[in-house]
Amino acid sequence: MIKGNFIDNLPKVYGIYTGGFLGFIIIMSIAEQMGMTAKTIGICFVAFTVAIYAIIGYLSRTAQADAYYVAGRQVPTVFNGMATAADWMSGASFVAMAGGIYFKGYGYMALLVGWTGGYVLVASLLAPYLRKFGCYTVPDFIGTRYGGNLSRFMAVVVLTVASFTYVTAQINATGTIASVALDIPFQYAVYVGLISILLCSMLGGMRGVTWTQVAQYIVLIIAYLLPVFWISNKMGAGFFPHFMLADEVSRIAELEAQFGFVKNSAENLKEVPKGLAGITKAHSAVNASPWAFISLALAMMMGTASLPHVMMRYFTTPSVKAARKSVGWSLFFIFLLYSSAPMLATLSKLSLIDPSLPTGIIGKSISEVQAIDWYQNWNQANLMFVSDFNGNGTLELNEFFMGGKAVVLATPEIAGLPYVISGLVAAGGMAAAMSTADGLILAIANAISHDVYYKIIDPKAETAKRLVVARVLLVVIGFAGATIAALEIQGILGSVIWAFDFAMSGLFFPLVLGVWWKRANREGAIAGMALGLISGAGYLIWVRNGGSGFLGITQLTFGIFGSAVSLVAMVVVSLMTSEPSAATQKMVDEVRVPSGKSILGKQH
Amino acid sequence: MSKQQQHWEKSKGLLMMTLAIWFVFSIGIFLFGAEMNEVTGPFGYPLTYWFTCQGSLGIFVILIFWFANRQEKIDEEFGFSERGDD
Repeated sequence: MIKGNFIDNLPKVYGIYTGGFLGFIIIMSIAEQMGMTAKTIGICFVAFTVAIYAIIGYLSRTAQADAYYVAGRQVPTVFNGMATAADWMSGASFVAMAGGIYFKGYGYMALLVGWTGGYVLVASLLAPYLRKFGCYTVPDFIGTRYGGNLSRFMAVVVLTVASFTYVTAQINATGTIASVALDIPFQYAVYVGLISILLCSMLGGMRGVTWTQVAQYIVLIIAYLLPVFWISNKMGAGFFPHFMLADEVSRIAELEAQFGFVKNSAENLKEVPKGLAGITKAHSAVNASPWAFISLALAMMMGTASLPHVMMRYFTTPSVKAARKSVGWSLFFIFLLYSSAPMLATLSKLSLIDPSLPTGIIGKSISEVQAIDWYQNWNQANLMFVSDFNGNGTLELNEFFMGGKAVVLATPEIAGLPYVISGLVAAGGMAAAMSTADGLILAIANAISHDVYYKIIDPKAETAKRLVVARVLLVVIGFAGATIAALEIQGILGSVIWAFDFAMSGLFFPLVLGVWWKRANREGAIAGMALGLISGAGYLIWVRNGGSGFLGITQLTFGIFGSAVSLVAMVVVSLMTSEPSAATQKMVDEVRVPSGKSILGKQH
Repeated sequence: MSKQQQHWEKSKGLLMMTLAIWFVFSIGIFLFGAEMNEVTGPFGYPLTYWFTCQGSLGIFVILIFWFANRQEKIDEEFGFSERGDD
């Protein structure tokens, strides 16, 4: 069926795969009609998709360094875009984003702007130049551009802090989904999730991760878009929700004005289970100050450009030109999901709060709501709660509470879609969390194996030995992440945002100035990375322990302070010390020209 | 000025233009979020709301492809473009 080179056949291979997946959805929905239970459907979806990823991971096994580290630098533009989109969109984007928009409205949507706008910085400031450099990892660039083991090591430290913060959240998310879909306790489900993740990356490194991420993107985008379109049509809101929900948005504003946002007393709120929230903020009105919005967006944009698991995806393209275009495709594939999240939030909110819709529950009597099947299910799952605070027997807007995840997970059921859709959504969430976790674990393991082990400890190590070290590290880091995830210390979204702030505090300016400012030198870069990370982390600890903060910088945007310190330190120290050698300056000149040989050789 | 310097000057010019457009749609317009939201935007959504759901995001996608094409033109002009058509 497939002849010739794998790369030339990619559209065919993934075309067949997509068709097969759609076929699987249809088979499952027939099985549901024939009486297959909801639980079995959930298990089938998660098991089937994870098995496919494992097969792809096995088929991509390799013993070559450049295949392991950068997928042989032959990933075509569009497919690299899909892989990056899967790498990028985490469990948080998939499960929590629509919920965040639902509860916080405009103030939260700064994340949408930030997580997309950052790609403009990636495309224009960094990706093509780092691709020209020919590095395997981000610290590889820092170590070669600035020279010296200390600068390389500092970059590994920043990378590890940022990525590790991020990865525990992703393993946590895979665990949550696996525990719901397979019905096993969370403590074990975390390790089931981890083993699925390692199956994709252990044997094939970046090559394995690339081809599984493309497969995971296809699953997650179908799983996100299909319910949004279906719900919109079922509600009669319009067959193409993105262009047709203006009436629904203004209807929500009307209802908000009619109900009002009643503030609950602290005493009443004690009754509400932890993690659930009510609707307290306007849906489409501007509910945050300009600086609150802009500072969050800015932190996310600069963080995007500093996160190594995204940057290293652009090392896999065949050329500099392809790296630039590939950033555009990445953002296009991300846009498909991000622009749908606000639509899902709108549909979800209206279907619940509009008394004139059959699904609306506000204004109904409390006992009537408590008798609804889906309310009982989600109440048991600890994601929904109602209580008659004012004792009038009817449910008011301020008496209804929901968990953020419920917007994605429960809306299909509320809208009366078949259970097969819930199984599909579970598979999509799993794909989103797994693909990001894979990218992150690989970024950390590669940086430690390539930059610390090979470049600093044992530069004479043979390829076979290097790859063994890389794989051992992959497993060790995965288990460390899973162990911390099993402790359930932080929520998913909070730790994701911290990862961005850590990355921008330590790496943004050392990376950008490495290309755009020839005068930047080793001492400056080390000062920038060290002081940036320390001051950012210090600010976070201060604010977490009751510090008041300044300039409106919160624990979600501490990277703005960290990166400002990093910039000042880097410029001042660079100017106080001698300028980089002529060889380094020539290297920077060469990086700026797309044609010609890369700075680092094919095997380094 | 050498060919390489000219190429870099032009690339820097393109970068500045790209960053200026990026700045307007990621930061600039949100200084006036409350005022702009009074206006009805595309498809009937409130304008600021539309920018945060679709507008800014879509503009970033287009901006990156536009930037990539312009940069390729600059590279070709100075004979610095790579061979191959991927």
